[in-house]
Amino acid sequence: MVKDPDDIIVRTVARFMIPIIQLFSLYVYVHGHISPGGGFQGGCILAASFILISLAFNIGEAKKILSGRKNLLFIGLGVFIYAFTGLVPLFVQGNFLDYQHLSQFLPLDPVMARYYGVALVELGVQITVMAVMISLFQDLVTAGRHESILKDRENGIDR
Amino acid sequence: MSRILGIMMVTFFGALLILSTVDFSPWSDPAQPAAVHVSPRYIERTIEETGIPNVVTSVLADYRGYDTLFETSVIFTAGVVVILLLRREKKW
Repeated sequence: MVKDPDDIIVRTVARFMIPIIQLFSLYVYVHGHISPGGGFQGGCILAASFILISLAFNIGEAKKILSGRKNLLFIGLGVFIYAFTGLVPLFVQGNFLDYQHLSQFLPLDPVMARYYGVALVELGVQITVMAVMISLFQDLVTAGRHESILKDRENGIDR
Repeated sequence: MSRILGIMMVTFFGALLILSTVDFSPWSDPAQPAAVHVSPRYIERTIEETGIPNVVTSVLADYRGYDTLFETSVIFTAGVVVILLLRREKKW
């Protein structure tokens, strides 16, 4: 099964790379308005940093930062942010996902309301994609038994 | 019996799909309907309508917002289904 790699080079490089990867994912998300990028890509890169923690250290280290419960919350939260941003215009007689009506709640003109509406929606996509990728990785790699594998390793049983 | 029925249905609908490709406009045809009025509309007016310089982002998240919403919910469903099928933990 998943063994702890005991490699100081891998761990040191991972320690340097993880903040850079996370910063780059935010850059890809924010810069998605101007260059290629956006929520899907940024979310995948953000998930890659957590997967790198799981590979270089172990899944327990990744779960210390983002526990399974929080991750499950994030899976739903992203879709909620997207759908809620779409629902808000309905209260002021706009259409679903017609972001220009957000200008009545925010100090923005309709064009910039669409600009920032897209940013909000991409944030939702980013959160969901990140959480789903992490959850898929953890479940597929450990066949859905991360906790018991970690417990077995503490007790000296190697699988 | 159900296997033969399945093969027959797959062949029928596959043939229907292949038959319908005959009516497609040729690859990269500048006169196809989508290239004549849909794409130019987005390319010309995306800045003044949304303020986003990247047309791909404005089409993805603004003009085609429904598509992206349900893409996201497909990913959500995939994550939840894998959790339901694989996870065997009492405590998460």
